[in-house]
Amino acid sequence: MIEIKDLHKSYKMGSNSLHVLKGINFSVAEGELVSIMGSSGSGKSTLLNILGMLDEADEGSYTLDGVAIKNLNEKIAARYRNKFLGFIFQSFNLISYKNALDNVALPLYYQGVKRGERIDKAMSYLEKVGLADWAGHLPNELSGGQKQRVAIARALASDPKVLLADEPTGALDSKTSYDVMNLIQEINDEGRTILVVTHEPDIAAMTKRIVNLKDGRIIQDTQVNQVRAQQNV
Amino acid sequence: MFDLERWEEIFETIRKNKLRTFLTGLSVASGIFILVVLLGIGEGMRNGISQEFKRDAANIMYVYTGVTSKEYKGLNPGRRIQMKNEDFNYTTLKYQDDLEYKSSIYRIWNGIVNYGKESGSYRVEGVYPDYQFLENSGMIEGRFVNYKDHENFEKVVVVGNKVRNDLFKDSKDPIGEYVQISGVNFKVVGVFTDPGGEREESRVFMPISTAQRVFGGSNNIANMAFTLEPEDNFEAALAASNRFSEAIKNQLKETHTIAPDDESAISINNSLENAKRFFDLMDMIKFFFWGVGICTIIAGVVGVSNIMLIIVKERTREIGIRKALGAEPLSIVGMVLHESIFVTAIAGFIGLIASLLLLEFVGPLIETQYISNPAVNFNVALTTVFILVLAGAIAGFFPAWRAARIKPIVALRDE
Repeated sequence: MIEIKDLHKSYKMGSNSLHVLKGINFSVAEGELVSIMGSSGSGKSTLLNILGMLDEADEGSYTLDGVAIKNLNEKIAARYRNKFLGFIFQSFNLISYKNALDNVALPLYYQGVKRGERIDKAMSYLEKVGLADWAGHLPNELSGGQKQRVAIARALASDPKVLLADEPTGALDSKTSYDVMNLIQEINDEGRTILVVTHEPDIAAMTKRIVNLKDGRIIQDTQVNQVRAQQNV
Repeated sequence: MFDLERWEEIFETIRKNKLRTFLTGLSVASGIFILVVLLGIGEGMRNGISQEFKRDAANIMYVYTGVTSKEYKGLNPGRRIQMKNEDFNYTTLKYQDDLEYKSSIYRIWNGIVNYGKESGSYRVEGVYPDYQFLENSGMIEGRFVNYKDHENFEKVVVVGNKVRNDLFKDSKDPIGEYVQISGVNFKVVGVFTDPGGEREESRVFMPISTAQRVFGGSNNIANMAFTLEPEDNFEAALAASNRFSEAIKNQLKETHTIAPDDESAISINNSLENAKRFFDLMDMIKFFFWGVGICTIIAGVVGVSNIMLIIVKERTREIGIRKALGAEPLSIVGMVLHESIFVTAIAGFIGLIASLLLLEFVGPLIETQYISNPAVNFNVALTTVFILVLAGAIAGFFPAWRAARIKPIVALRDE
């Protein structure tokens, strides 16, 4: 599903250049649930942003579902993001003036889905994350866990190939975190490919594979026995 | 533009951001409102001033005399100059091809007019039949003084509407009745009205020949009034009237032995010259109002651009989210512009309608002498709305474009 070869990325900080990713080789098969771990500054978020086409690599190749991702202009990047990817952010990033239902329906709007169908689909995804009763509520009327579940529903709405989650539990307490991870595991059980960036070992343990990043290089890549979040709830 | 989905998205944004929408709209609506009201008042002043001019024929020239101020050919200064019938006859003969209407005027001082028990003091003047047109008078009843009256020294008078109301009250038909002026009976043959209003209607006219004979005026005249044949345009008419008034002045100075550089003995009130001054003033006022209006529009545009900048800044994160979810840059530009154009257009029309209503309903209530019936050219108002909307769109485009180019990663970065 994801194929990365010799990926480099550096940022210019004034006159200095900061080499963040120093040759990443990495691939993810369909249906995997991978966590990317590393201390802060290890380059894990940068890797996720490049995977999410929110940022571009300096060197190396990136293939997503058989499509080479390179030399993208904004328009094509936007189209690919809409088609291939669903994002889950640490700070949820819901649009504050839209209610839960409309937030979930937004990716469908950019897919050109008509309004009636959009609302139906969005509602079914809200049901899936257990928030059908909260459809008419604005984000600031929801708890952190609820917000993240709306965000997950939104990420799923466009039926993407890959879900990218950047510290999805970073702003949540442990019980809510496990709830969210449980949801992510359930989605993965349905066969969707998911990448989770985290620095919490217990969250990482709930995935099927842990990739450890340090100073811009992969130092460890192991399959693990998945801990079901359900057990911790 | 006709994308229904886009419209729904815009309406939702507007509905959820009422304050922002209101503020954008307010600056546009007030700009248009102020501009249209200003233009309306400008037009009202124009109307008011041109009404002031309807009092007399627009191109009337009025010759009157005073006292000499300079010693000339052995004659002392301080001499009162008295015009005679000969002056008038000579002028009309010499310029008969140029003149349209002409009349000399003999004024009867202390013109007490009696009818039965009623009496009043009015301006009583002996005039030629042409004077009706020089004064721009219209007849309500009967006729004006005519040539036959003049030839036969008829004792007839034409009275103003106010005189009729004063003396005859409302009941009686004044035509054929006799009024006494300084004890002499005169038959009323007509009642006139004058666009100049009451002041001009409290006058009494009789044939100048009668006036001179009855009131011992011999062949003295007080004034002469002329209009010239109409010219094709204002400039030509003004030039001709200036030429004519210069010629008359010189001719009178010569006949009455007045120093050529003595400006106080003979005066000519050239209404075209006055009109020109008024028209210049009008142009200045118009210019001023347009200046103020354009400045208002500029202020409105600056206001709209400012608000657009703030809106885009405020929505940076939202734009980042939308882009992460698959919004193309053009759709972001479209969204921001679509909203701003929609809001400015609606607000512009609200301002336009409010100001037009104000002019329509409050305008006619304004009873000042120099403002009458303020109104505004609807096309001009409509054009300004479009200009403002266009300017708002252009002003909104650049921030929107910049916002669309921000990388989603930058927009989404936690502050």
